[in-house]
Amino acid sequence: MVTLRTVRSTGARTERMAGLILAGPALLVFTVFMFVPLMLTFWYSLHRYRGFGTMQWLGAQNFVEIFHDNTFWRALINTVLFTAVSVPLGVVLGLGGALLLNRAMPGRTLFRALFYVPVVISGVASGVIFLRLFDPLIGLINQLLGSVGLPTVDWQGNGKAALVSIIVVTTWQGVGFGMVVYLAGLQGIPRELYEVAALDGATGWQRFRLIIWPLLGPTTFFLVVYSIIVSFQVFDVVYVMTRGGPGTSTTFLVQYAYDQGFNQRRQGYAAAIGVIIYLIVLLFTIAQWRLSRRRDAA
Amino acid sequence: MTAQLMPPAAPENTVQPEGDGLPQSRRVRTGRVVLAVLGVVLLMFPIYWMLRTSVASVDELSTLPVRMWPRQWHWENYVAPWRQFPFARWLLNSVVIAVASVVLTVVINLSAGYAFAKLRFPFRNVLFLLILSTLMVPVQVIMIPQFQIVIDLGLLNNTWGVVLPRLAEAFGLFMARQFFMSFPDELLEAARVDGAGHLRTFWKIVLPLSKPLVAVLVIFTFMWRWNEFVWPLIVLTDSNSYTLPVGLQFLIGQFSTDFGPLLAMSFLSILPVLLVFAAFQGYFVEGVARTGIK
Repeated sequence: MVTLRTVRSTGARTERMAGLILAGPALLVFTVFMFVPLMLTFWYSLHRYRGFGTMQWLGAQNFVEIFHDNTFWRALINTVLFTAVSVPLGVVLGLGGALLLNRAMPGRTLFRALFYVPVVISGVASGVIFLRLFDPLIGLINQLLGSVGLPTVDWQGNGKAALVSIIVVTTWQGVGFGMVVYLAGLQGIPRELYEVAALDGATGWQRFRLIIWPLLGPTTFFLVVYSIIVSFQVFDVVYVMTRGGPGTSTTFLVQYAYDQGFNQRRQGYAAAIGVIIYLIVLLFTIAQWRLSRRRDAA
Repeated sequence: MTAQLMPPAAPENTVQPEGDGLPQSRRVRTGRVVLAVLGVVLLMFPIYWMLRTSVASVDELSTLPVRMWPRQWHWENYVAPWRQFPFARWLLNSVVIAVASVVLTVVINLSAGYAFAKLRFPFRNVLFLLILSTLMVPVQVIMIPQFQIVIDLGLLNNTWGVVLPRLAEAFGLFMARQFFMSFPDELLEAARVDGAGHLRTFWKIVLPLSKPLVAVLVIFTFMWRWNEFVWPLIVLTDSNSYTLPVGLQFLIGQFSTDFGPLLAMSFLSILPVLLVFAAFQGYFVEGVARTGIK
């Protein structure tokens, strides 16, 4: 006799089966290509490994070496410096673009689309485009500087100038993204608030300072954290434009890890740098999670 | 479970065509248009300069100042590299990798997204949390062991060595789960009462209603895989198996200061993404606004 109880339990069983079948492929690829590599990164970081042959146990020695490695500190400082300049720049320009294109105006949709175009272009192609513009001898930027009587800049030989050129390119790539995120945030501000402010005689600046900016707080926080994480991963543009040079002046953590792992063949050491990058990114991800949880709970 | 790395969601269907709705004087509006045009000129100029350079000869480029508008059009820049380098192969490789990635990503994320949203199975929440926690892990963190795994699987210098590892992408799964969470349970239960199994319900009821999700997944996966650089650079060791971005990077060394053909090839390499963007730009803007993906 079939009771309600058995019907329910076979129902649960078929649901379990269906769930596992449908989730199976994703679980497989995540296990093989994400979870296992992630754990192996930690394992490798405790070894000396050249990518072939046997691994040699080192304990924490790679991390001790990193601590005394000037190039690592240079790469960390470069990464932080790059982040500290490019993130605020991206936020301000993104917000500016969003405020500019939020209100009704002729061609608004087209303007928004055009602002976003650099976002969809590959990092390599962007690098090539700007390699040409920043060329010290025949590049347009030096040509323009010269034509207005300013000294030309050695964008490839001067470390600071090279870093500036990288920031220019990544900012160019990121403005459209910041703008779209802010446009979404602006949609969440009730229109009545603007109307009340207008009745109270608020100026445009007061409206921005007292209504728009505070209410966009969560959007700004998201964009800042997201941009920080992304700026810790900038690779393509640097690889194409400077290869981390001149010297180590545009070497970021990810470049250094790549160089140690695939050029110097010090895979254990590169994995240890990877562990450090992972911990830094994790820190910011957790910060973001905590905030969004608090917001959802509120 | 509310842990997420997503921007604060805009309320749906609150499109405000008039922005803040306040009246603006004609002068203010004109000012905004002028500023917007300025912004577009600044952002588009590098792309214009790519096109302009792509039809220039070496002599023209080294005679300063370079003219803003070309006097001669060296279209051969668009033709010669195809003969000198395996550019057609690179294009083909890029297409194969992008298409395979898109198809597999959509299949995997659609089915898993549905399972995580609507079906109960052991360790469901723990597994989802684990997957979600990899959302922002940079490739450079796992590339060393991943490279070893690809070698062990015999996939070095192989299309699948590029495609398979990048299927472990949490964004798509997250998006799919969010999408299916909003499905009414009554609809699915009705199908079940009619005697359809879980898989059949998924196939017959859920999939046909998933077109918006599929569109977003296809567009973003295509863009990401088409533009991808560091992973193909590591896996593809033979110049015949390069993708366009890796090939382009190789061409920089070959052409040195002969920027014409280099920028012509750069333009060709971004053309497919530009066309996709032009056709579906609404999805791009909405996809970012909804989920904060790039």
